[in-house]
Amino acid sequence: MEILCLGLSHQTAPVELREKFAIPDGEVGAAAAALSKAAGVSEAVIVSTCNRVEFYVAAEQAAAGLAAVREFVAARLAPAEGAAFFQHATEPTVRHLFRVVSGLESMVLGETEILGQVKKAYAAASEGGATAKHLNKLFQRAFNVAKDVRTNTNITRGAVSVGSAAVDLAEKIFGKLAHCKVMILGAGETSELTAGALQARGVKSIFVANRSYDRAAALAVKMNGTAIHFDEWQRSFHDVDILIGSTAAPHHVLTAAQLEPIMHTRPARPLFCIDLAVPRDIEPAVNDLDGVYLYDIDSLQAMADRSMNVRRQELTICEQMIERHATEFGGWLASAWQQGGVKPVPPASGAAAQPAKT
Amino acid sequence: MDHLPLAISTFCFLVGFAYTMHALGARVYRASRLNLVAILCGFVGQSVFLYLRGQALGRCPLTNRFELLIFLSWALVLFYLLIGPAYRLSLLGAFTSPLVFLFQTSALLLVADVPSRPRLAANGWLELHAAISVVAYGAFALGCVAGVMYLVQERQLKSHHIHSIFYHLPPIRDLAVANARLIIVGFALLTVGLGAGFKLGSMFTHSPLTAWSVVVWLVYGGLAALGGLRRISPRRVAWLSVAAFIGVLLTLGGLRFVTQTGAL
Repeated sequence: MEILCLGLSHQTAPVELREKFAIPDGEVGAAAAALSKAAGVSEAVIVSTCNRVEFYVAAEQAAAGLAAVREFVAARLAPAEGAAFFQHATEPTVRHLFRVVSGLESMVLGETEILGQVKKAYAAASEGGATAKHLNKLFQRAFNVAKDVRTNTNITRGAVSVGSAAVDLAEKIFGKLAHCKVMILGAGETSELTAGALQARGVKSIFVANRSYDRAAALAVKMNGTAIHFDEWQRSFHDVDILIGSTAAPHHVLTAAQLEPIMHTRPARPLFCIDLAVPRDIEPAVNDLDGVYLYDIDSLQAMADRSMNVRRQELTICEQMIERHATEFGGWLASAWQQGGVKPVPPASGAAAQPAKT
Repeated sequence: MDHLPLAISTFCFLVGFAYTMHALGARVYRASRLNLVAILCGFVGQSVFLYLRGQALGRCPLTNRFELLIFLSWALVLFYLLIGPAYRLSLLGAFTSPLVFLFQTSALLLVADVPSRPRLAANGWLELHAAISVVAYGAFALGCVAGVMYLVQERQLKSHHIHSIFYHLPPIRDLAVANARLIIVGFALLTVGLGAGFKLGSMFTHSPLTAWSVVVWLVYGGLAALGGLRRISPRRVAWLSVAAFIGVLLTLGGLRFVTQTGAL
């Protein structure tokens, strides 16, 4: 018995190609069940996300199993040919899956969403009766690997985008954001993304002020917030917790001299200022005021870059952990082979993807 | 022999502290129950010691500086355990363990545990005064710990240099609230303690320690009013709570009165 993988990902194929092979969430279970009934295949799990489409199968013979997968893909979607497709034999498949669930193969290194997606794919296949001894063991082991890697390394540590860095900081200042009021000055795309990230964490209310009231109103509707006229923003400012500046103003919209008297009226209430504008909207000196924390676009980007560097530094440790788990899983496969004819996994020798032979 | 549970307790705090330092050194700190278990075991050891000593003395075990330090450590840990699960499993434990370890090691190694003849015979008001006052100092001690954590976190947020320790500190607003509440609770307890003390009559009112206690009460009263009523920024409250507690430790240590005649 072989465990095989055939697929394509953001590393090998552009989105125009990936979308041709994507299988909707609601159909992966039935598709996996159908694949598991194909000649030469005994078990199957299909992982289909925006960044990858991968077919995992257990088959008596590697060549027949991979041919069956290609036939299945060609019949349902399009011919699985070309350099965009990779295929793995048993040993690399095990390592590849462990890397995928740990976020090492993700577009954003260490992201955790993929684990949930693979869990869903496995659950759908399992419910459809497409999995048995080998893929059950493999995927359950993979989930343990992901947990081990996430818990014992810094691979998921820190925010790796400007928006998530801002949210991380907001939570470090305020804790839960449910009682926080956000004000956006300037209805730009970045401010919208950042406010959206804060809204996803449950901020209480959002005020939007823009020189063009119509744009403020449009964004306010989108964010379920309140639009205010730009020349009135200071009146609504006294109980704001998070201020996002992204206007096109050529000068500072908020200065330390303006903010100081306001902060005196609320000494115990911190203010988090996120300045996404260039030229900057908020005078840097406001960071010197008690209870005010100012981050501009560069400082947020620097935070995100540092987090990404930390994650990259963790790669070696993650690889070692995955190698250990793969070796242990190989031991299990070897004993299964002795009991029931499964081919043993040879000792670790790297996990390089093999391009498809077409 | 009653030092044995205390030695075990001190070892437990060392374990909690060492675990945290090791985890931080390895750059992967996890809020572990090991730290909480170590502190709980340490608390049990402290409680056993204080119980045995109280039984032997027939009064609240606050008759010398050694006992005073242990009682203060016990009160600090008591507040730590009461303050809430969010803090118990966070780095507050890591900051608390070394302080308690320092107190107890100092007590065991540097302070002679010599019997001292109490100035006053045991009675209800004296017991209440002594115990409640020291528990109040436990609240101030933990307030100092929360203040240090606030200042560490605040410095990181202001400077934009985020150390990995940042991810394990409670939110800065929660620390500010905890700090202010501990000061208010400590002040209320100290008020009760002092009130009980004044019931003892002239032996209490003419003591230098009483004058010192009143000064401490006034300092923390001012801090509770300013911080509790949000008249000053949390950063200033944090600085003042740290400075006030260090001041308490230094002045208490300097009172020859304590050394000569026993604590309370």
